[in-house]
Amino acid sequence: MPGPTDSAPLGKPRLRVPGDGLDRITFEGVVKRYGDNTVLDHLDLGVRRGERVTLIGPSGSGKTTILRLLMTLERVSDGFIYLDGQPYSHMHGPHGTLVPADEAYLRQVRSRIGMVFQQFNLFPNMDVLANLTEAPVHVLGLDRDEAEQRARDLLDLVGLADKAHAHPTRLSGGQQQRVAIARALAMRPEVLLLDEVTSALDPELVAGVLDVLRDIAQSTDITMLCVTHEMAFARDISHRVMMFDAGRVIETGPPERVFNDPHHERTRAFLKAVL
Amino acid sequence: MWHWSNVTESLPVVLRGFRLTLLATVLGSLVAAVLGLALAIAGRAPTRWVRVPVRAAVAFVRSTPVMIQLFAAWVLLPRLSVTVIGVGVLGVHYAAYTSEVYRAGIDAVPRGQWEACTALSLPRHRVWRAVVLPQALRNVLPALGNYAISMFKETPFLSVIGVAEMVHQANEFGSEHFAYLETLTLTAAIFLVASYPTSVGLRTLEERLARSH
Repeated sequence: MPGPTDSAPLGKPRLRVPGDGLDRITFEGVVKRYGDNTVLDHLDLGVRRGERVTLIGPSGSGKTTILRLLMTLERVSDGFIYLDGQPYSHMHGPHGTLVPADEAYLRQVRSRIGMVFQQFNLFPNMDVLANLTEAPVHVLGLDRDEAEQRARDLLDLVGLADKAHAHPTRLSGGQQQRVAIARALAMRPEVLLLDEVTSALDPELVAGVLDVLRDIAQSTDITMLCVTHEMAFARDISHRVMMFDAGRVIETGPPERVFNDPHHERTRAFLKAVL
Repeated sequence: MWHWSNVTESLPVVLRGFRLTLLATVLGSLVAAVLGLALAIAGRAPTRWVRVPVRAAVAFVRSTPVMIQLFAAWVLLPRLSVTVIGVGVLGVHYAAYTSEVYRAGIDAVPRGQWEACTALSLPRHRVWRAVVLPQALRNVLPALGNYAISMFKETPFLSVIGVAEMVHQANEFGSEHFAYLETLTLTAAIFLVASYPTSVGLRTLEERLARSH
């Protein structure tokens, strides 16, 4: 398949739509290297609008890197990422070429994607409500009342309506993570990235966070990319599971199929180890 | 020989100098606090054209004695009053140090905080004002206070360009009445009385901040 790496003829803009036109997210030949270490190796993948995809695989297989590339916390070493068929890791340059996106371009496009982190990363110098209103006010331009109403609705959704004025450090890990989920949703992202969101939690707090995510999965059509070791959760919420190994997708399919009848030897070995 | 009369007679003169010493310390600390922060942020500018000269200037100021800087400014800026030069040089000199304090404070803000800002698409000025600086400043407040005390004790250098601060006044009184022992001892006592409680207060503040985290 001719990728956008082939430079377009001068003066002739490229008309081809990446993926098949139905993708929310498209990776084309994405490579990510850290020095000599290749974490993603010419990765092609597409995620549909509203699709919920769980990335599984051994640690170091590149799952988290995919989320970090999408959140623009890292830049691709090679290849292209598209969002709704529009360049995302790159932007239109002269004569129909694509050039690496600059900070100003990224600032425009990245607000359509939200992320929840393993370590919550709430702002400890603000109360819960301020954590939730900061970006809607200063990025989306909502007025304060509107942003607070949205924040209170979301706190209600994650079961923390009474914690609006609590300090994040006074909350349990599970509560902090639910606040972090609400904070990401307050931006009304089209894509939500979940990076091992229960890995840092005490076992008894995991269920509460997963319940909230199940609710969100059922009640919205937000596109979700999820890196997790919670296989039961992956089975519940995802439309599709992608098995990674050494920077490549080695197997993908509906969770029932992948979990019950893994085709690839590496998938079988991985599932045996984690289930 | 110790004469108490020399103490009582020199006290008003020395205290007059103390007012100037205090003024120079307060104003110099303000300059150091504001300029140091600006230097710390500029030292992280995305473009090398800002970052490199700023870091070089900081290294230069830190590596040369404050007394020579005072003389140099005094020679180069003959139209300015010596008090303004004194405050300016102390402020700039200490800004080179406080910028390092701020830098360490900013470095101590976890990477996850920056990443959360990116994930929320916060504009750069909000990243600094709403997230990074409030967390960094809390960590550096006691260290900044210690530099203010340190500056306070270096104000006698200002006498070399003729600022009538406390030690300058004490020296003048001493030479007129041949009473160096009493006046300089008195001066030292005033320094001690002013700086020791301040440093104790700072330590308390430091402990309280550490506990409240």
